[in-house]
Amino acid sequence: MSLLTPDSGLLFWMILSFGIVLVILSKYGFPVIVKAIEDRKAYIEGSLEAARKANEQLANIQKEGERILAEAKEKQNAILKQAMAEKENIIEEAREKAAATANLQLQEATRRIREEKEKAIREVRAEITDLSIAIAEKVMEDKIGKDKSQEAIINRLLDEMSFSKS
Amino acid sequence: MDKTKSNCWKWIAMFCLLFVGFQAKAEETINVQEIVFSHIQDSYTWHITDWGEQEIAIPLPIIVKGEESGWHCFSSARLHDGSTYENFRLAQEGEHAGKVVETLASGEVVRPLDISITKNVCGLLLACALLLIGILKTARWYQKHPGEAPGGFVGMMEAVVNYIEEDVIRKSIGERDYKPFSSYLLTVFFFILINNLIGIIPLFPGGANVTGNIAVTMVLAVCTFLAVNLFGTKAYWKDIFWPNTPIFLKLPIPIMPFVEFFGIFTKPFALMIRLFANIMAGHTIILALTCLIFISVSMGVWVNIGMTIVSVAFCIFMNCLELFVACLQAYIFTLLSASYIGLAKVRD
Repeated sequence: MSLLTPDSGLLFWMILSFGIVLVILSKYGFPVIVKAIEDRKAYIEGSLEAARKANEQLANIQKEGERILAEAKEKQNAILKQAMAEKENIIEEAREKAAATANLQLQEATRRIREEKEKAIREVRAEITDLSIAIAEKVMEDKIGKDKSQEAIINRLLDEMSFSKS
Repeated sequence: MDKTKSNCWKWIAMFCLLFVGFQAKAEETINVQEIVFSHIQDSYTWHITDWGEQEIAIPLPIIVKGEESGWHCFSSARLHDGSTYENFRLAQEGEHAGKVVETLASGEVVRPLDISITKNVCGLLLACALLLIGILKTARWYQKHPGEAPGGFVGMMEAVVNYIEEDVIRKSIGERDYKPFSSYLLTVFFFILINNLIGIIPLFPGGANVTGNIAVTMVLAVCTFLAVNLFGTKAYWKDIFWPNTPIFLKLPIPIMPFVEFFGIFTKPFALMIRLFANIMAGHTIILALTCLIFISVSMGVWVNIGMTIVSVAFCIFMNCLELFVACLQAYIFTLLSASYIGLAKVRD
């Protein structure tokens, strides 16, 4: 039964060599390998996570860009609209001002025309009065003295004839 | 790659043996038992082959401590063919048959303390050296290439290490406690695997029956026994001495505690016997099948040719099986060790 009885020499060498192998491998062998594998796994996982995040950020940035663009467009539209309104306002104002000025000028003109007309009429009246008096003087140079009462009569007559009202 | 190579070697080896058999041993009767036992047992010389009448063997150093004469270290060639050197000789029969014995001055024959570098020790040291080189090279590669993915040999090692670590050790022991045992179990796995694989190779540096020797498996089993019981939790010891069974099974006569306590020893014992028996049986079967060729020589040429074909076919089959068993036994030893450690790490 020597198969089943452990041999002391082999036992000794086995304990020695297995012990040495175990100590060396558990110090410099397997922990290094396992750690390297785990580190790499963590690194890969981290990289994947980072890539996913970057992708997300990129999508976010794109969305943000789009949003900013839309905002800008809206602003532009608003500004354009405002400018348009302003323009119209200004034009309207200008038109109103112009109209007012024109009106004023028209009024002034009519007033002046009326004044001129009155003045002219007054002048004409005076002239006519003078003429009439002259004519009358000439007609009745002798019959009627050129005095004040005569003049008043003629003026009254003229008024009655309503020469001045027109 | 390894598989085809080893089988190729086996083929060549068997044909060599075949011719040698025809040349030298055709007239002799074959003692199969002796051939098989001389292989699966340890020896002081590494016998490679017989070439005609010439025996090709490597004598290995014998290191013994005699009871009276102290330490001796000499070549086993000095004890060849029963010769005596400084009162030491190889016992031919009796209790210590095949071992070095010392004849004391009183004429008494005793077995000295013997730590010779025998064939198995040689195979063991070779396997350890290969294991150290392989694992340390792999570790070195990782230190030189941080963050890179390996290919080739390192890639294969990584796949195996990762599989054993993740699927065997971590799953069996549990996420919390597996770290301190990881290195030990990985060492055990690769140690058994490389010894098994080298054992299958029939040519010179291989072929030593290391893991098929009970001393080797005993050391491994004792290591597992210590790993299990030195780090057992309170709940584990409570389960042994006060298991969760009906009270009558443990109070008047402690049947269950006794069974459980016995289980502490039977578990590693089963580990020891399983590995030893599997590997030894594999070697025995392959050798016996090869011997079939030489046995049938005396039965006539046609029977011999038929038996040779059958034997070679069976040998190829057995080698494939042994290759599988070599990996399987390493895996099973690791798996069971891990689950025993896992059981000893239970918490309430």
